[in-house]
Amino acid sequence: MAAMAVALRGLGGRFRWRTQAVAGGVRGAARGAAGQRDYDLLVIGGGSGGLACAKEAAQLGRKVAVVDYVEPSPQGTRWGLGGTCVNVGCIPKKLMHQAALLGGLIQDAPHYGWEVAQPVPHDWRKMAEAVQNHVKSLNWGHRVQLQDRKVKYFNIKASFVDEHTVCGVAKGGKEILLSADHIIIATGGRPRYPMHIEGALEYGITSDDIFWLKESPGKTLVVGASYVALECAGFLTGIGLDTTVMIRSIPLRGFDQQMSSMVIEHMASHGTRFLRGCAPSRVRRLPDGHLQVTWEDCTTGKEDTGTFDTVLWAIGRVPDTRSLNLEKAGVDTSPDTQKILVDSREGTSVPHIYAIGDVVEVPTTVFTPLEYGCVGLSEEEAVARHGQEHVEVYHAHYKPLEFTVAGRDASQCYVKMVCLREPPQLVLGLHFLGPSAGEVTQGFALGIKCGASYAQVMRTVGIHPTCSEEVVKLRISKRSGLDPTVTGC
Amino acid sequence: VEQSPPQSPGPGKAGDAPNRRSGHVRGARVLSPPGRRARLSSPGPSSSSEAREELRRRLRGLIERSRVMIFSKSYCPHSTRVKELFSSLGVECNVLELDQVDDGAKVQEVLSEITNQKTVPNVFVNKVHVGGCDQTFQAYQSGLLQKLLQEDSAYDYDLIIVGGGSGGLSCAKEAAILGKKVMVLDFVVPSPQGTSWGLGGTCVNVGCIPKKLMHQAALLGQALCDSRKFGWEYNQQVKHNWETMTKAIQNHISSLNWGYRLSLREKAVAYVNSYGEFVEHHKIKVTNKKGQETYYTAAQFVIATGERPRYLGIQGDKEYCITSDDLFSLPYCPGKTLVVGASYVALECAGFLAGIGLDVTVMVRSILLRGFDQEMAEKVGSYMEQHGVKFLRKFIPVMIQQLEKGSPGKLKVLAKSTEGTETIEGVYNTVLLAIGRDSCTRKMGLEKIGVKINEKSGKIPVNDVEQTSVPYVFAVGDISEGKPELTPVAIQSGKLLARRLFGASLEKCDYINVPTTVFTPLEYGCCGLAEEKAIEVYKKENLEIYHTLFWPLEWTVAGRENNTCYAKIICNKLDHDRVIGFHILGPNAGEVTQGFAAAMKCGLTKQLLDDTIGIHPTCGEVFTTLEITKSSGLDITQKGCG
Repeated sequence: MAAMAVALRGLGGRFRWRTQAVAGGVRGAARGAAGQRDYDLLVIGGGSGGLACAKEAAQLGRKVAVVDYVEPSPQGTRWGLGGTCVNVGCIPKKLMHQAALLGGLIQDAPHYGWEVAQPVPHDWRKMAEAVQNHVKSLNWGHRVQLQDRKVKYFNIKASFVDEHTVCGVAKGGKEILLSADHIIIATGGRPRYPMHIEGALEYGITSDDIFWLKESPGKTLVVGASYVALECAGFLTGIGLDTTVMIRSIPLRGFDQQMSSMVIEHMASHGTRFLRGCAPSRVRRLPDGHLQVTWEDCTTGKEDTGTFDTVLWAIGRVPDTRSLNLEKAGVDTSPDTQKILVDSREGTSVPHIYAIGDVVEVPTTVFTPLEYGCVGLSEEEAVARHGQEHVEVYHAHYKPLEFTVAGRDASQCYVKMVCLREPPQLVLGLHFLGPSAGEVTQGFALGIKCGASYAQVMRTVGIHPTCSEEVVKLRISKRSGLDPTVTGC
Repeated sequence: VEQSPPQSPGPGKAGDAPNRRSGHVRGARVLSPPGRRARLSSPGPSSSSEAREELRRRLRGLIERSRVMIFSKSYCPHSTRVKELFSSLGVECNVLELDQVDDGAKVQEVLSEITNQKTVPNVFVNKVHVGGCDQTFQAYQSGLLQKLLQEDSAYDYDLIIVGGGSGGLSCAKEAAILGKKVMVLDFVVPSPQGTSWGLGGTCVNVGCIPKKLMHQAALLGQALCDSRKFGWEYNQQVKHNWETMTKAIQNHISSLNWGYRLSLREKAVAYVNSYGEFVEHHKIKVTNKKGQETYYTAAQFVIATGERPRYLGIQGDKEYCITSDDLFSLPYCPGKTLVVGASYVALECAGFLAGIGLDVTVMVRSILLRGFDQEMAEKVGSYMEQHGVKFLRKFIPVMIQQLEKGSPGKLKVLAKSTEGTETIEGVYNTVLLAIGRDSCTRKMGLEKIGVKINEKSGKIPVNDVEQTSVPYVFAVGDISEGKPELTPVAIQSGKLLARRLFGASLEKCDYINVPTTVFTPLEYGCCGLAEEKAIEVYKKENLEIYHTLFWPLEWTVAGRENNTCYAKIICNKLDHDRVIGFHILGPNAGEVTQGFAAAMKCGLTKQLLDDTIGIHPTCGEVFTTLEITKSSGLDITQKGCG
């Protein structure tokens, strides 16, 4: 999800190069050879990456069109312009996360003198409507922005006819042919269904659906160990739903594993149930309408069942390329993943066709109930690259000031900085678990980009009292074996 | 003993000291980090005789503070022999490698004036000049050296610290960790309203900590309003209870006070809850609550007494007004409140009082948040104004009268315009003065030992190693002249001071690009220069200022206003668009600013911001997409959504 944002941001720098190519000699040559094509640039996919490209190219005076079509999810959910991030990703996710955080704040409020009778119930419909309305306003905003920049928008499903031509099919079945000198494929990806599991497709939903549910999902089983799985389980628990996460192997693969286990620990201590080392085998609908899920404990081989109102698959995403007829344009894809093969500059096997967007990159903040922000290398990765002997890890547990009066447990509030051991101890990675982790991490990401050393970070004066000041107060190395828990203030 | 301090030299610099190893002996504290050119005299425009005097003073300081002080050269075999001798005796010594400091030649000259010895090594043991290599070995063979080494300090303590706040405590703990005998004196003179508190100083008791917690209470009020929009359901009008909040906050503070006591005890620092007053050199009189007097002596002193709120000096102010010293432990809700002043303390207090539902007016003599970026300051003020805080600009109180006693009572405030003859009157339950703070330096006998203070401000001038006009007396925290008045600064300077005094470190506190945050209802975080200051220093034509308004995602659904939060950076065009000023007005401004402050320490430029992938969706990411310059005059309002 957040990967779309990554793509958008990444484009800022890379796209400048790209648009020069479009505007310059390459274009001239193409037009000269092929005569009149409809557009200088055609963008397939109206997500963050595609829209950014289209707008930037239009700004430079090119004739640009965007084609976007949302294939309804197996459960029939559809949405507007803006792609994953806006409709079924970062934006609704963070808003529902915020709803859950507010639930926590309501519980804090009496400690701070606010006389709120507890418990306070939560109304899914009201939240969902507010979130959906905001997303719709963003859809509209994107439409307006395209119009303002004179980018032609088609709500059609596109497939290649040849390397310069795309055929679009509108909702009513009407077909239209569009040709362009340059074509950008930015169709993103969609959640993967475990097709081998009986009932998965009929009864399960994905992140494509959860944010658009009109009614509360009720008791929910989230299957998967991705950040999407944990984030969804986190906010569902936070708004008071009975939520279980089923994880077959490693949670948050690719992230620092110590941090990952602390994220899980925190969720578990705040009411999310976890079924570790289990894999679902079938889903059935019971006569009373509930879903009965059968799973296997992978170590013992024993079967178990449970009933839920909702089953949410969050086991990964697949690129949305199959319907594009890429072979007609001669664009090569990976046989196993269907991903388009690109070079470092997003070029495909066809010179004037590019692919951008849902690149496989981890987001830098996971919005679980206790947020996890990270930048740079995980501890494992640092050790793998540089060797245990050359890595120094500084770490600390801390207690956010706001937690004290509220009587909140801060066991998992933790920060660690992974550095090279040799002076000047270059910072390789920063990992922060606590409130506002995204806000805390952003600036330090810049610091690391500037080549910050441990000493430089330590020389930065803290801002008191904040959580982020804990980063500039890291004095205890793991190697020292000293206790990193908080003592006093 | 650490051979290479954590601030070890950068790559490629190690080669500057090819002979380092020969002079590298276990047990020796090397005062100049190997490979780094340190200076013992402060650079500056002072005349050469003054500079020489200063250097002499510092050398004296080094000699007085060290059990064994060796002036050496890293490649000198005689120096190495002497260092090995002390190492074999298990004696730690301070070593200054004259070939590794910029002003080594000058040091050697001054040393020869002091000792009549022109060569190195030049050895001092317990302040006694022993001589060079041969003399040291002779002294060793005759037993004189061992005798000199056994001589203990004639003082009760190695270090006495006056003031148990952030700076004093951090200095005390660090000195104790380095094995020194340390005493902390802390005594809170009750406020005119009779408020007093425990160990820990302003920040913990009547500053940052309770302030941020009350700010949090106000933010929770906002969160409660927001939460309805996010589906949480409750119908009742939520009321705020001042006593519940204050009690919870005071409980937390008590636990912190206790924590400080404990940590001093653990480190064997003597803590005395008494008032300290210098009576003669190296000697302080200590008076407890009962008036009992005791005298202590110490080799060195640190003054860290901090500041207290200023009063207006008008009729009724001390009798009826409160200050931030009283507010956080006020046993009753202050009710309708007049806040006098426009300092960050004034605006923060006004902000949270309004946030918990009180009727609040701020009386401002001239500008808001003097010293801060004025564009940001005005935005902070106008947000407060839009959220119910009333402002009376260009007025000053002239008289406070009590109309009714009570908890709270009723006060009549008479104020006059700063521009004309107009006067106004208002009735309030509480009047909170936040017009500034005065240093606590005047009633502690500093004049008796010759520590100079700035007569006007009461602040203590210090050099770049926190030393006052008296070599064995140092000052840290809010009372040191020209330094930022911030807790983390005090902590850092206190700690580094102890390391320099007792730990053979030369690292000085870096006061450049100190970030800070004002916890007004809309938080304001900044680092580096205010726009006005940047223009003054670098000239407008050499700056590019990028800015934008932004709408935090959480505010959209909550129905809070767009085009209110604001981000601005100031770049120096003559230095690769280096970011020299960073300003953000928005939620979690403190959390956002910290990392950028670290990045600014590492030379953050606009290009680097542009090349960085933002964390989505956060407020902090706005700095990675800044496109509009102020000079372009383009519209920065956000239409609908990003």
